[in-house]
This record gives sequence, structure tokens and C-alpha cells, in this order.
Amino acid sequence: MAKVIYKFGDDISTDAIYPGRYMATVLPTETPQFCFADYTELNEKLKSGEYAKGSAIVADNNFGCGSSREQAASTLRGYEMLVIAKNFARIFLQNSINVGLNLITCPDIEVNIGDELELKGDKVLNKTTGKSFEIIPLPKARQSIVDAGGLIPYTRKILVDSTKK
Amino acid sequence: MTVVEKILAKATGQKSVKAGDVLEPSVDVAMSHENAALVINQFNEVYQGTGIEPKVWNPDKIAIIFDHRVPAESSKTATNQKKIRDFVGANNIKRFHDIRSDEGGICHQILAEYGYIRPGFVVVGTDSHTTTHGAFGSFAFGIGATEMATVWTLGKVLNVEVPETIKVIVNGKFSSNVYPKDLILHLIGKISAQGANFKVLEFHGEVIKNMPMSGRLVLSNMAVEAGATAGIIPGDDETAFYLKEHGVTEKIEYVTPDADANYCQVVEINVDDLVPMLACPHTVDNVKPVTSFKGKHVDQIVIGSCTNGRIDDLEIAANILNGKKVAHGTRMLIFPASWNIYKDAMKKGYLETFASAGAVIMNPGCGCCLGVHQGALGDGEVALSTTNRNFKGRMGNPKAEVYLCSPAVAATSAISGEITEPAKGEL
Repeated sequence: MAKVIYKFGDDISTDAIYPGRYMATVLPTETPQFCFADYTELNEKLKSGEYAKGSAIVADNNFGCGSSREQAASTLRGYEMLVIAKNFARIFLQNSINVGLNLITCPDIEVNIGDELELKGDKVLNKTTGKSFEIIPLPKARQSIVDAGGLIPYTRKILVDSTKK
Repeated sequence: MTVVEKILAKATGQKSVKAGDVLEPSVDVAMSHENAALVINQFNEVYQGTGIEPKVWNPDKIAIIFDHRVPAESSKTATNQKKIRDFVGANNIKRFHDIRSDEGGICHQILAEYGYIRPGFVVVGTDSHTTTHGAFGSFAFGIGATEMATVWTLGKVLNVEVPETIKVIVNGKFSSNVYPKDLILHLIGKISAQGANFKVLEFHGEVIKNMPMSGRLVLSNMAVEAGATAGIIPGDDETAFYLKEHGVTEKIEYVTPDADANYCQVVEINVDDLVPMLACPHTVDNVKPVTSFKGKHVDQIVIGSCTNGRIDDLEIAANILNGKKVAHGTRMLIFPASWNIYKDAMKKGYLETFASAGAVIMNPGCGCCLGVHQGALGDGEVALSTTNRNFKGRMGNPKAEVYLCSPAVAATSAISGEITEPAKGEL
């Protein structure tokens, strides 16, 4: 179960998720402190733990557009965020899958802040309203990376297998 | 097949591929900047617990350029740069461009002017503007640091879905105050910031054919602002001419699309009536004619970046500013895209023109564009910039506004201190 803590519109850029001025900080263990740094209240409630880990944010189209900075994915991963959007920008989507962030593409999603969501197979169930919404599956090329737990274990397996030959 | 299909067929040793196929293409150039610090971290993580010694697959195909925060703005950045320098030495990476005036500059300009790219190459970079190199007819796209760690390990990109292609045909003739920057802003405004998400833009038409490489680099650079994976301009005589001028001696082979190539969409543009354009706050697809903001006060003018910091951009600006002054109440910053361009501009007298006009000449780098190093905006300030993004907070302050434009609009507006359309035929 994930509680919706924030709703965004279209074209939320990686600068909004993780402002450029914090890009010298790169390690996934350190990036969460700057998550949505320019959304002061959201940032503070994430840092203080007032918003529990595993909460959900919901956005419209083209979430994560802009830069290739992986901090935008790792900063959200640090809060085990469930990120639901009508669709995602390509590099952000790939980075998120690579670092194990849970992205859900759901074009018809309807939620209010505070609603409780649950993932049920190929649907997002809004337990507060009782409505459910269809999930668009990830690009097929990416599902195997999710199944492996991220790109690092996926690559490691290929590396190890190749040296056994 | 489209250009990207042909490139990916070759990079996977197949006769033909089609959009939607999942492939693992081998990589010809793998570029990183300061975020190589994170790539190194992830690369070492891949090898963790395997008992295998970490070793990059091919040091000659890796390029690392320091450009985002040069010289370092903080001890944290300097320490990252030191870590990268040590890695470069230990792994014998020769295409390393340090903070030096005899080899440095913005990564995308360095890859272009050092002749590292060829038509048909698969190019990946840990920077979204890696699309720039599509101007050479390569398939060039941005990836994240973890994905780059995979490339450094295996020499290929895993699980790439062959993208669909949008054909963009550009005909007509530019007015004398209209430039490739106006064209790409117009296109992004027309198809939107997500209009080409997961797709490739492939450029054709007489305007592209007659466009020098410097302009083509602008189009491919900003293809990503329409969401495109890549922005490809098929190789031709201009591609070969540019590479030859930049020291490449081998024969250049072009990759061109088949006559029956399958496009998911065709966009036709005639530039005869195109006027100077602005991308207005806070999205790049919020595009309007310059005249719609005529007279708006500007606090900071920026000319430079991987988009518009090349010698002909500086020439346009210098011609406009020659003998004139930057308006008081407005500051102007010039960031040449590389040190070679800086020195060329010095020889040609452009730097003297800028300095006499009151503009501040900065060292080549990206810092101002993304708000990480120099040139930050104050609360409520307005910037007019030749860079490529105007997202909220982009130039270091979420309470400021960034408008994007061509170098001609930027230079003309510097003199008046307000947004001003350049006169036709003046240049």
C-alpha cells in the first residue's frame, strides 16, 4: 500500500527532481537529501520521515524530462518511492529501472493527495475511491533488468557468464 | 531501413533490423564528463564479489572531458575530478581532456572538433545532449551512469529497443536574421517537448543540405528537447568536409536511408516565413516569436554552451556588438564552447569586441547553463540565453526566468537591455 503524497503536472524535469546545483553529489547514499529541493515542504517532509518510505507521487505526461543525471532516479529510490505517471521521458525511465526505482506508467490514473494505492497485477487500485486503472507494461527490453533487480546485477551475471566460457 | 535501423543492423552484425527489435549494439564512442565519478563507482560495483579484476573493455573508445564545473567550484568537485584523473591514468584512457587551454572545452564540442565521431557510429554519453553527434550521421544518445558502467564493462549497450523514426523535411530559405536555433525552437514548439519521446528525428531537405556543420550541431543538440532519443542528419559532403578540416584523413562513408524506409511520422517545415524565436519559461516547447516579448527587460545575457558557443555564433555576436555597449543594468557573459574556439575568437578580434562592449568573457564550460558554476540568477531576474534549457531553476534559481534564443537575438538584446529582434539584412 502506498499513500499519495504529491501530484505533479506535465513535463516535470530532472532539474525539478534533483536541481543541477547539487550534481556534485553523486552517491545514491547521499542524493536523497536533495530530492525535490526546490519544493521545500515536500523535501523537508521526505527528509524528516513525515512522509513514510514507499509513498507514492503521481504525475501527468513526460515526467523526468531533461538531463541524464542519474541522481534524479537515485534520490527517489532512496525513499523507495512509487512513481506513477501518464508517461515518462526515456532516459529517466531507463535510469530508474537500472537503479531499481519502481515506475508505473498509467495513462488514466485519477488520485487525490492522501489516497491509498495498491498495485494489483496489471492495475493500480485506488483503495480510497475504489477505482482501478490499467498499467502500461514497461518496454519489453527493460523488464528483464527489473527482474534481475537492476542493471548492476544484470551486467554482473553477463560478465561472470562470459568469463566461464 | 532508416538511418538508425541501418546503424543498429551493422552494430549487431545483422542484415536488417526494424523498429521495436531488441538489440545489444556494440559502442564506438563512450563519453562522460565529471559524472564519470559515479560511473567509476557503479563500474566497480559490477565487479564486486566476482573475483574478476575491473578492466574497461576498450580504453581507446572511452572519452572523458571535464566541462561541467571547471575549474572546480568546490572541494567535492575537485575530489571527484581527482578520482577520475586517477582512473584515466590507471586505465590508459587517452581521449581525456583535462582543465587545460590546449585541449579543453565542452564535451560535445570536443568530440566534434577532435574528429572522434564518424557517420554510422554508435555513440553513447552520460549527458542528454549526446544527441549532438547525430549531426555527423551517427546514432548518438544519452544514457545514465549505471548504463555507462555496463558499456565500460561489456562494450555494448544492453537491451536497446530500435526506435521509430520521425522524418523532418526542411525546405525554403532563412531570412537574414533567422538561424538554425530558430528552426529547432520552432520544431520543438510544433511537436512539443515529448513529441519525439523514444523516437529518432531524421533531418532532410534543402535547408539541411546547405547547412554547415555548426548549424547541424544545433539541430541535433536540441533534438532531445523534443524528447528524441537521437537527432540524425545523414552524412554527406559537408560531414566529410568538416571531418577533413578537423584532421580526419580516412575516407568517410555515409549511412543514408533507403528510399522505402519506414517512418512513423513526417513533419514538413518551410522556413521562408520563419521569424526569430524564443523558448519562454519554463519549458523548451513554450515557443513564441521574439516580437511577442519586445521590450522586456533582461538582467543577464548568455552566449555559449554546447548549443551555440561555436566560432560562427561568436562572429554573429561580435558583428552586432562591434563598437557598441552592453546596456547598463544588463550583464553579458560569453562562454566559448572550447578553448580552440576561444583562441580563434581571440585571433579574430571578437574577444576584444566583447570586452570593449562590457561583456565578460568566461572560460569554456557548461556550469552557467545548468546553474552549477558561475552566472547564477537573482530572485525575479530574467536571462536571455543561447543555451538549450529553460526549466525552472535551470540557471541556479527557481525564482528566475530563462528565455532561449539565437546568438543574434542575444547580442541585439544586450545592446538595448531588453528583448529585441535583430534587424533583417544588417549582418
